[in-house]
Amino acid sequence: MGTSRSDRVHDVVVVGAGPAGLAAAGRAAALGADVALVDGAAVPGGQYWRQPADDALAGSVASLHHGLARYRRLVERVRGIEAAGGWFPRHQVWTVTREEGTFVVLAITGTGAEEREVGIRGRRLVLAPGAYDRQVPFPGWDLPGVMTAGGVQALLKGHAVTAGRRVVVAGTGPFLLPVAAGLAESGATVAGVHEAASPLAWGRHIGAVVRNVAKLGEGAGYVRTLARHRVPVRTRSVVVAAHGEQVLERLTVARLAADGSVLPGSRTTVAADVLAVGWGFTPQLELPMALGCATRVDVDGSLVCTVDDQQRSSVEGVFVAGEACGIGGADLAVVEGEIAGAAAAGTPLTDRRLLRRRLALRRFAAAMHAAHPVPTGWIDRLTEDTVVCRCEEVTVGRLRSALPLGADDARSAKLLARPGMGWCQGRVCGYAVSCVMSAWTGVPPSPVSIAARSVASPLRLGTVAATEDPSSAAES
Amino acid sequence: MAEPGSDVVVVGAGIIGAACAFFGARAGLSITVLDRGSVGGGTTSRCEGNILVSDKGPGPELDLALASRSLWLDLAAEHGAERYELEEKGGLVVATSEAGLSSLRSFAAGQGTGGVIAEPVASERLRDHEPNLAAGLPGGAFYPQDMQVQPVLAAASLLAAARDLGARVVTGEEVTGALRGADGRITAVRTARTTYPTAAVVNAAGTWGAVVGERLGGTVPVLPRRGFILVTEPLPRVVRHKVYSADYVDNVASGDAGLETSAVVEGTRGGTVLIGASRERVGFDETLSVEVLRRLAAQAVRLFPFLAQVRLMRSYRGFRPYCPDHLPVIGSDRRVPGLLHACGHEGAGIGLAPATGRLVADLLTGAPPQLDPAAFDPMRFVLEDA
Ligand SMILES: Cc1cc2nc3c(=O)[nH]c(=O)nc-3n(C[C@H](O)[C@H](O)[C@H](O)COP(=O)(O)OP(=O)(O)OC[C@H]3O[C@@H](n4cnc5c(N)ncnc54)[C@H](O)[C@@H]3O)c2cc1C
Ligand SMILES: Cc1cc2nc3c(=O)[nH]c(=O)nc-3n(C[C@H](O)[C@H](O)[C@H](O)COP(=O)(O)OP(=O)(O)OC[C@H]3O[C@@H](n4cnc5c(N)ncnc54)[C@H](O)[C@@H]3O)c2cc1C
Repeated sequence: MGTSRSDRVHDVVVVGAGPAGLAAAGRAAALGADVALVDGAAVPGGQYWRQPADDALAGSVASLHHGLARYRRLVERVRGIEAAGGWFPRHQVWTVTREEGTFVVLAITGTGAEEREVGIRGRRLVLAPGAYDRQVPFPGWDLPGVMTAGGVQALLKGHAVTAGRRVVVAGTGPFLLPVAAGLAESGATVAGVHEAASPLAWGRHIGAVVRNVAKLGEGAGYVRTLARHRVPVRTRSVVVAAHGEQVLERLTVARLAADGSVLPGSRTTVAADVLAVGWGFTPQLELPMALGCATRVDVDGSLVCTVDDQQRSSVEGVFVAGEACGIGGADLAVVEGEIAGAAAAGTPLTDRRLLRRRLALRRFAAAMHAAHPVPTGWIDRLTEDTVVCRCEEVTVGRLRSALPLGADDARSAKLLARPGMGWCQGRVCGYAVSCVMSAWTGVPPSPVSIAARSVASPLRLGTVAATEDPSSAAES
Repeated sequence: MAEPGSDVVVVGAGIIGAACAFFGARAGLSITVLDRGSVGGGTTSRCEGNILVSDKGPGPELDLALASRSLWLDLAAEHGAERYELEEKGGLVVATSEAGLSSLRSFAAGQGTGGVIAEPVASERLRDHEPNLAAGLPGGAFYPQDMQVQPVLAAASLLAAARDLGARVVTGEEVTGALRGADGRITAVRTARTTYPTAAVVNAAGTWGAVVGERLGGTVPVLPRRGFILVTEPLPRVVRHKVYSADYVDNVASGDAGLETSAVVEGTRGGTVLIGASRERVGFDETLSVEVLRRLAAQAVRLFPFLAQVRLMRSYRGFRPYCPDHLPVIGSDRRVPGLLHACGHEGAGIGLAPATGRLVADLLTGAPPQLDPAAFDPMRFVLEDA
């Protein structure tokens, strides 16, 4: 354990080397800024271009990737940052603070006894921390074998591992298709894709769709792959329960009526050893919120950072790009990163094309959210013994017992029944608990209270303590 | 449009408002509790829930604390300890230097005269109490009377018990002012939405007691004193009691504005270890202070070296409601007939809640108070004409 802090003050520190952060760092560096790029992963790419830490696997996952040429260009552009000592891989940021007019990004690197803290200073920040899978509980979802769609995809792209032999992919959103296609191409049997939305859902947003045919092209490719592997794709279809003795063995799937309820008589059983389920994503806002950046609720119900057309947050010197400003996919993340990087370097882009492109991609994202809502019926399908918070093993019944004590929202429920108090700090259950409480009490959900977390990533107390100046704490 | 009337409106559904509501309802008064947020969602949700006598020297606060402690035990006996998650875990105060040990010894001797039980613990016996404590600490004192509750649950349970006695609890209701009759007496409480006719109002708004007092016509000098608490990953039970270093005692009594830290370490039912707490006067500044986290972590590791390997999962902070003389304000505001205050309990509101609630109930019903309220008189800050 220990700490290192250099006096070097970068012009721009970028947190996150996914599509948004890579673009921001490269653009800022190209404009002459001294840039630091920080990511918890060993290799840049983020979720979309997730790369194996082990180079030997890179070849075997290349076919899973889209736009690899673009990825390579973005990585090429940050080579100079690496050469100048500004690339900090395997550096997980636990918080960001301010000191004497500069920002200090506090990151943890090394594992076990080697863990230490590194302070990276910058005059301006670009935060591009991305998002994580949004989940909702259903009976049996706590069985081993029930995984998030993003988690299954990360195993595949990051480790060349197919999570199961016979996999069902379910939930909603265009992201289900690459997950299913990737699994099928990698040798797993995909027993079915169950998309909750109606096939007609995009119809009303045809304008936004037409302007983004490239995205559709990517989707069409996945559909062809799935057809080739004879993967059944069902729409208005949902997994309502998972079953198994010790691990997942079977799933009950059903057809949805227009109101989100299950059509009577439509339940069937499917055998599977893995379920990859995804209900969209939740932006990771710990770092922007630690600095006090203003937030708003996006069309998909997620809390996101408020930014202006230069990706400026409400806090002077702090720019935010990518999923943290609203879930919109990798293309939008790259565009936002380019804009944020330029602005953070002090040379705001005047290229109207890029600004127009961002607008079009945002419209597309809004259409996507409108077409793929989380159908509300899931709350009615919870049973009293369905676990809501897996870390603290809080069931629906336990949550309900907090109502007569006065619990009326996610925060008071957490204080009285403990959902969200455990290891994941409500990342998994926060959305669900706030929806359930709101459904029960009629009090609108308050996403702010479930998004703020004082410690973005757990670290050892010895590491926190290590940089403490011993003289200041001497016993008085 | 007005709500149904009641004898008393209590402003604030924190631990203090909950205790006032419960003891008031038990004394036969009809009570309405109003809170702008949720039940127990204020400073009550930002603390550790300790019920301490170990940190108090003889004086009115200790008297209030001892009375409160026995009321907590009565409540647990009456409603079930589970309703409050009350645990009689005891406190271990550890000196970190020989000088610290001798001042702890003399402090403890003084406490004895006030009714506090303190058992001296020799250096080699410290680990009988806490096996994971650092080696070589000079000695300490064990305080068997120290206890703990889950504070939000405790507030919610007291309010539920008050409701069973007929009280009404309305959340999401911000108090904005009072209506007063020709004689100056309070006749109703105004909120952002409506009015609540009442003969008396109890200002139990904690750290916001000054603002609420002012809105009701009688301000009190309650100010925020920020504190951070660190929460570790869940562990098997590794810390049995509440354990703190002896210099905590000096901090609590201090009037110094600067940052003070001295680690207070304890295990919780959930398995997490809580490490509190800092004290600093920085207004309502909500930003995370990494400096404070570092100091608390270092001090906790000095007491329990194994903590160096344990991960910090989160931290939280709150603003203790304090008065210039570090005593709460409990009693009638003679400037505004019908107005009572019950706030400013600083870092001890959980411990002091039941006796505060009972005192307020006595004052409301005119029963002889079971404890001398003079030291808590709100008027002590007001220059009154002789
Ligand atoms: C698990 C998962 C898998 C996904 N897979 C796909 C996919 O296959 N196809 C697709 O179209 N979309 C996928 N997505 C959606 C994806 O979020 C976007 O398409 C795109 O990657 C967003 O780009 P971004 O730069 O905003 O964020 P991300 O790509 O998420 O990049 C954020 C980066 O920030 C880093 N980071 C975050 N917090 C910290 C911290 N505290 N300290 C240090 N580093 C930090 C992360 O390590 C990551 O590299 C996936 C999302 C998830 C959550
Ligand atoms: C870090 C820390 C550690 C602590 N540890 C301990 C401990 O171990 N033991 C202990 O005894 N004490 C401890 N305390 C102190 C304890 O938390 C407080 O003394 C106690 O919670 C005060 O309770 P309260 O009911 O007066 O205030 P609160 O719980 O804050 O309740 C006041 C209520 O008033 C409401 N309110 C405010 N304005 C209005 C309005 N205009 N209209 C309607 N409602 C309003 C608020 O919403 C709030 O719910 C600690 C405090 C901190 C910060």
